[in-house]
Amino acid sequence: MRTLTRLDTDSRRARRELDGHIQGDGPLARHTVKSTGQRHAGHASFHESAAKHVTGKAAYIDDLKTPPDTLHVALGLSPVAHGLLTRLELDAVKQAPGVIDVITFHDVPGHTDIGPVFPGDPLFVENDISYAGQCLFAVAATTLQAARRAVKLAVIAIDEQPASLDPVAAAQRKELVRPTHVQERGDWQQALQQASQVIENELFIGGQEHFYLEGQACVVLPTEDEGVIVHTSNQHPSETQKLVAEVLGIPFHAVTVEVRRMGGGFGGKETQASPWACIAAIITRRTGKATRLRLPRSEDMRATGKRHPFHSHYRLAIDANGVIEAGDITLIGDCGYSPDLSDAIVDRAMFHADNAYSLGKARVTGYRAKTHTASNTAFRGFGGPQGMMIIEAAMDDIARKIGVDPLVIRKRNFYRNGYDITHYGQHVDQLKLLHGLVEKLEMDSEYWARRQSIGEFNMASPVIKKGLALTPVKFGISFTAQHLNQAGALLHVYTDGSVMINHGGTEMGQGLHTKICQVVARELGLDLEQVRITATRTDKVPNTSPTAASSGADLNGMAARNAAHKLRERLFDFAASHSAWGLDREEMRLENGMLVAGLGESERRIPWGELVQTAYLNRISLSEKGFYATPLIHYNRATGQGRPFYYYAFGAAVAEVSVDTLSGEYQVDRVDILHDVGNSLNPAIDIGQVEGGFIQGMGWLTTEELKWNDKGVLVSDSPATYKIPTFGDLPATFNVALLEGHPNSMASLYRSKAVGEPPFMLSISVWSALRDALSSLTQYQLSPRLDTPATSERVLLAAQALREKAL
Amino acid sequence: MASIEFLFNGAPQQCHASPDTSILTLLREHLGATGTKEGCASGDCGACTVAIGATGSTPKYQSVNACITPAHQLQGKSLVTVEGLAVDGQLHPAQTAMIECHGSQCGFCTPGIVMSLFTLYESLAADTPPLTNQQLEATLGGNLCRCTGYRPIRDAALHMQHHGHTLPNLYHFCSSSYCTESSAQPQVEAESFFKQPTSLADLTKARARFPNARLVAGGTDLWLETTQRLMPLNQLIDVSRVEELLTIEAAELNNQAGWWVGAGVTYTQLEPLLKANFPAFAHLLNRLGSQQIRNRGTLGGNIANASPIGDTPPALLVLDAWVEIANANATRHLSLDNFFVDYKKTALDVDEVLSRIFIPRLPSSHKLHIWKLSKRREDDISVILGAFSYRVEDGRLRDVRMAFGGMAAIPKRALAAEKALENQLITPESFHLAQAALRTDFSPMDDVRGSKSYRQQAAANLIERLYLTLSTPNQEVMLHAYAH
Repeated sequence: MRTLTRLDTDSRRARRELDGHIQGDGPLARHTVKSTGQRHAGHASFHESAAKHVTGKAAYIDDLKTPPDTLHVALGLSPVAHGLLTRLELDAVKQAPGVIDVITFHDVPGHTDIGPVFPGDPLFVENDISYAGQCLFAVAATTLQAARRAVKLAVIAIDEQPASLDPVAAAQRKELVRPTHVQERGDWQQALQQASQVIENELFIGGQEHFYLEGQACVVLPTEDEGVIVHTSNQHPSETQKLVAEVLGIPFHAVTVEVRRMGGGFGGKETQASPWACIAAIITRRTGKATRLRLPRSEDMRATGKRHPFHSHYRLAIDANGVIEAGDITLIGDCGYSPDLSDAIVDRAMFHADNAYSLGKARVTGYRAKTHTASNTAFRGFGGPQGMMIIEAAMDDIARKIGVDPLVIRKRNFYRNGYDITHYGQHVDQLKLLHGLVEKLEMDSEYWARRQSIGEFNMASPVIKKGLALTPVKFGISFTAQHLNQAGALLHVYTDGSVMINHGGTEMGQGLHTKICQVVARELGLDLEQVRITATRTDKVPNTSPTAASSGADLNGMAARNAAHKLRERLFDFAASHSAWGLDREEMRLENGMLVAGLGESERRIPWGELVQTAYLNRISLSEKGFYATPLIHYNRATGQGRPFYYYAFGAAVAEVSVDTLSGEYQVDRVDILHDVGNSLNPAIDIGQVEGGFIQGMGWLTTEELKWNDKGVLVSDSPATYKIPTFGDLPATFNVALLEGHPNSMASLYRSKAVGEPPFMLSISVWSALRDALSSLTQYQLSPRLDTPATSERVLLAAQALREKAL
Repeated sequence: MASIEFLFNGAPQQCHASPDTSILTLLREHLGATGTKEGCASGDCGACTVAIGATGSTPKYQSVNACITPAHQLQGKSLVTVEGLAVDGQLHPAQTAMIECHGSQCGFCTPGIVMSLFTLYESLAADTPPLTNQQLEATLGGNLCRCTGYRPIRDAALHMQHHGHTLPNLYHFCSSSYCTESSAQPQVEAESFFKQPTSLADLTKARARFPNARLVAGGTDLWLETTQRLMPLNQLIDVSRVEELLTIEAAELNNQAGWWVGAGVTYTQLEPLLKANFPAFAHLLNRLGSQQIRNRGTLGGNIANASPIGDTPPALLVLDAWVEIANANATRHLSLDNFFVDYKKTALDVDEVLSRIFIPRLPSSHKLHIWKLSKRREDDISVILGAFSYRVEDGRLRDVRMAFGGMAAIPKRALAAEKALENQLITPESFHLAQAALRTDFSPMDDVRGSKSYRQQAAANLIERLYLTLSTPNQEVMLHAYAH
């Protein structure tokens, strides 16, 4: 039946040429979208899902509706950290009310090891138990509660062995998950031997629980052939597709993975979202039923890896002015029981052991220690923050030794002309940006005036001590695994002129989808409302890289832009060749919802809707895929030299704190941040990343304390015992600005820079300010040892130690 | 399965649910309303925040954590969730402000934050002065956000004042059957039940009859047994509607003036009394749980729970509080000193309930300090908590009382340290002696919140803080964020 709907003008004009030909609408729209104004890349547009977030309509995994016979999965986790599984008696579990299926290692049809890069991560324990929280079996039941209660009926016997929990001792015993890597430049040994002054110290840097608000979750649906559709809260759908296929022993094309959005990721869903999808997929294939699996919070915290704790040590040769001439830095990353991503994470720590400072002739050594804890994994910064901590500790220590303000020491050691090659051989450009950024922040934050008044305050205040610190960030952008620096996109234009873009990146709150829509709207001259992104799916854009390394917009934005470019050029070619229009190909452009050709009086305009309908009727494809691979980057792991990063992102922060040296309590009074994002793609989103990253980093360094008992069981396994920042931790004064007038020196997406991870490390200023406040107890003669997280307990004990030394 | 009748986003709703069903489960699994999220199922993250109002002409909404609030307590109440705020496509000012201030990133915590902002908005009169930071912290301290760093959420809270908005009459709807808060419970005795007695007599009768039943008031601790440890809670006696447990009245006990506070009085309800008479105690409430917890948790629960790290018992110990204990036949009075027997053990017999707490008035000559140390300032459990009361006469300390939480298996007075200071001059020496005495009072433990040595050192330092407070009154010895 034909619908009698009036055609709009664009559609009427496009159809005019059909007169006298065979009629029939097919997919041809009767109405086309209209542009009203311009809101695209560079504008502070709202998050594409904001209205859905605030009304509860944005769906997360556990909100998805599934058939009534859907199964719910609960997991049996190892209660001990190290040992041999001698007996796993599951009869009572199988007979429990509501239980439909129970699976163990022996029920895995395909691959049993799901290590993402290197082997070492069994989906279920076969014999060897390597951490408390490791998965022993899974139970599928008609309700989640039935499944969870059934798990408790298992009879488990384990021959428990002592757990190795000290990464330093493990490194000494050469218990490593991957070989040790070294980066060397110049004769650092001789320089250290001949140095007039050598300074040395060590530091423990704690790990961090991701605490994404939405825990690990997936829903798996059977397909009519041997495959599955996996809905998952996941930063790396392509890897999950691969692992699910391999675990089931089926081709990749039988597995489709879909991610609409995550309720937070932060790195915790890069590799560690896959096991749950694999387990649920096995159950789906065995039962033919839809399967839901979500980890309750405490199980999530016990079963999944965290940010790597590090033990770091430096020995530096300095001159009389506190300038580093040479150094030897050792980083021991606590990787947990398996490699996971630890090779690249410890590498990145090593790449950032210089932060913004020239180490001169230097060696940096990175150990990957194996311990009996969950396999530590990606977390915003990916080792970079831990790497930077040791050199920032050194800056403060040098300042106390030389008797000069730490900011002066930092500036003296910055990469500078003649000292602009890193210890891994990459040239640092944009030196003026780094120096100028810090000088501007120094002025805007009134660093020196506040330094003066803080000095006076501390002289008069015996208990409350204030501290101040400015710390910089230089963070390398690119995956250090070269092949991951590629991205794809798929662009469709429909006959009403509305646009659908899909790409390989995933949305975890960082505003990636918003930015990509802005890119496409800008390239096609459309309103943002005319461009939509749906879920990321492996059947739309295949073989994707994880949304990680801050690269989401850099890579996928370029791929989306590439697709839009190609489509635009095709439309231009068509428009120029379309005799009814008689347009000039030169100067053709898309703007304000129009194709515009010619200049001045000869300017001609074709509305977007008419353009796409005419193109469709003339059998021009309205779909395009895009691709991007980052140029120039390379790194030779054999020599430890190369150019692993396409560019660096910079920033700096000034933090002021007040410390109660009797109780160890403290408060962050003021924070000023100036951060470099090149030309911002969306200032509101970028500011959100800077602020959010800073506060998350502050949590890592202050209140977020992971604690295991002496048997290796995580005891800080809930938000009651693991304290992330809350509303009151927001600094009373929080001035955040993006650096303006410094486009990226490399040809990135509209000369923007990545923003996901770099701001995280601005929080080191808070830790340094705490040390500054403590140092005042010794009239700035001594530098306190302050391991992280710098809880009130650690601050109090550090204050106590300084007081005793100062006596 | 007993039935619950309540208003759900303005519409009458009837549900059947087992006694241990939480509001969150009711919403997500029974009603298919998935806008409210589960972040932790332990009342710590606020993602599941919903608003509960008493039905009637002008409902006053309170934010609560749906994950640990018994669904049966909805009986006769009005429940508002994130799905119910927008009316005819018109967003609530809390929602609009969150969008305009870029207050959501991943969006998972957002429904909870919107609901906390909603209760704040609804509590504001048209001519309310600008919100203070303290109000904002009180409202939002129980809503964790891992993405934004809270600045845009703060902006949203401040921004929403500029929108005018009233909820439609729908939410004030009150039919006779939903206005009654006294639920007609079936008289049939079932193996599992959720009893809601309305008088102390009925409560004590039920207590005697069902010795294995659990008492539930706010459920802020009890409910973790089901959500975290998967223990069934089949037999529950709800004390939150027992009239005698809900009152605060001025009275005298042992020739002392003071107040009888019903054991079922929530922290939120207790706040005005404390603000007027015990500012230091009122300040502690700001740091006890979150707004969602304070709206649910009760003074009686905090005491009867007998946790060594409960926040109010040390304060009540130095105030010389008494408790009233009732069974079906009689009531008795007991000093709080004698109420705590051992770890999680009290002087209550199986047929007894804690009915009221007597808080004596603090004479104007007396000082009260309550100092809580925790890893995070807001919504965190104490590592230790020290409470101190005393007066100074002729330069000497008198009536010194000192009690600590987190230092022993029970909240406990530091009798040796008290004795060391009693009748002493305010000198470093006397306080050093008190610090030494403290080591005989307590031998604390290592646990997830702090080490033994930190607890010892910090407790001793609180005695030094007390000394500095007395000896150098003009010197700042506490941070503003912690001081009152």
